[in-house]
Amino acid sequence: MKICALCSIIRKEEKLLFAELKKRGIDYEKVDVREIILDYDNKMEHYDAVLERCINHSRALYTLKLMNDWGIKTINSYEVANTCGNKLLTTAALSKHNVPIPKTKIAYTPESALKAIEEFGYPVVLKPAVGSWGRLLGKINDRDAAETVLEHKTTLGSYHHSVFYIQEYIPKNGRDIRSFVVGDKTIAAIYRSSPHWITNTARGGITSNCPITDELNDISIRGAKAVGGGVVALDIFETPDGYLVNEVNYTMEFRNSIKVTGVDIPAKIIDYVIEVAEGKFEK
Amino acid sequence: MAACIVCEGNIDIPEDTEEGEIIECPECGIELEVVSIDPIELAPAPKEEEDWGE
Repeated sequence: MKICALCSIIRKEEKLLFAELKKRGIDYEKVDVREIILDYDNKMEHYDAVLERCINHSRALYTLKLMNDWGIKTINSYEVANTCGNKLLTTAALSKHNVPIPKTKIAYTPESALKAIEEFGYPVVLKPAVGSWGRLLGKINDRDAAETVLEHKTTLGSYHHSVFYIQEYIPKNGRDIRSFVVGDKTIAAIYRSSPHWITNTARGGITSNCPITDELNDISIRGAKAVGGGVVALDIFETPDGYLVNEVNYTMEFRNSIKVTGVDIPAKIIDYVIEVAEGKFEK
Repeated sequence: MAACIVCEGNIDIPEDTEEGEIIECPECGIELEVVSIDPIELAPAPKEEEDWGE
């Protein structure tokens, strides 16, 4: 079995995954996307499976696209990366599959975006389509701030920033949930607690174990399936009316989640990689 | 042990360090990428980009 680990800078997660591969004596090759040249006329060498661990969404996305077109199995697939890497597409996939989501609107001009914002009322949340770790999220508390942020996004950003992703503000009471789905199992879940309205652990959110109730398992599996499945991490809001899936991550980070859950997340991921490599999921 | 490329301070390079790993100089705090293990070679760590994440 020959596994490729598609990566660039190495985070704790990658080190844990490599250690698991070594422990199992699995032959793997680290391929740094900063060094590869993809030639449409020359297929990449064959691997039994590719575990994608790139920190750049764009580089992962196009590499996965060509790999999949060349018949190379990847975790995750190009479709999953494409859907999860763009919040507009993630929300569309969740909505299409009737997975509960926060009320969300899209607009393309400052005028229409302001109208959509005022339909929600304040506070309201603006997010870039592509982004992670809570980067460039805006909680807009009044019209003055809305006008300012819309102008800034239009003037300063590339055209991507003039696609306005507008979402109702959900009071989180200091925490949200991250659930980890591998294949068809919710293997672990954590609470991410923070006094700040952004609870990402990348922003200082503190993790603690979250019991996987039937309800949490159900929405996690449905959410994962809606975006194409594989190895994904869902960010979930708790509301009086039940859970809402906020977003889905396809290159999950889990360094702060192993100890608190007691679940060997890298081992579960590698189990899945082996199953994919052995063709278990081939139709 | 390696020398920081900014302040020349001593940086411990653990046995299991990987190429591509980011380390921090304990003396000046700069983040460096281990671009080569054998020999040890350090470079300024890449800056966070707009599409970085998970």
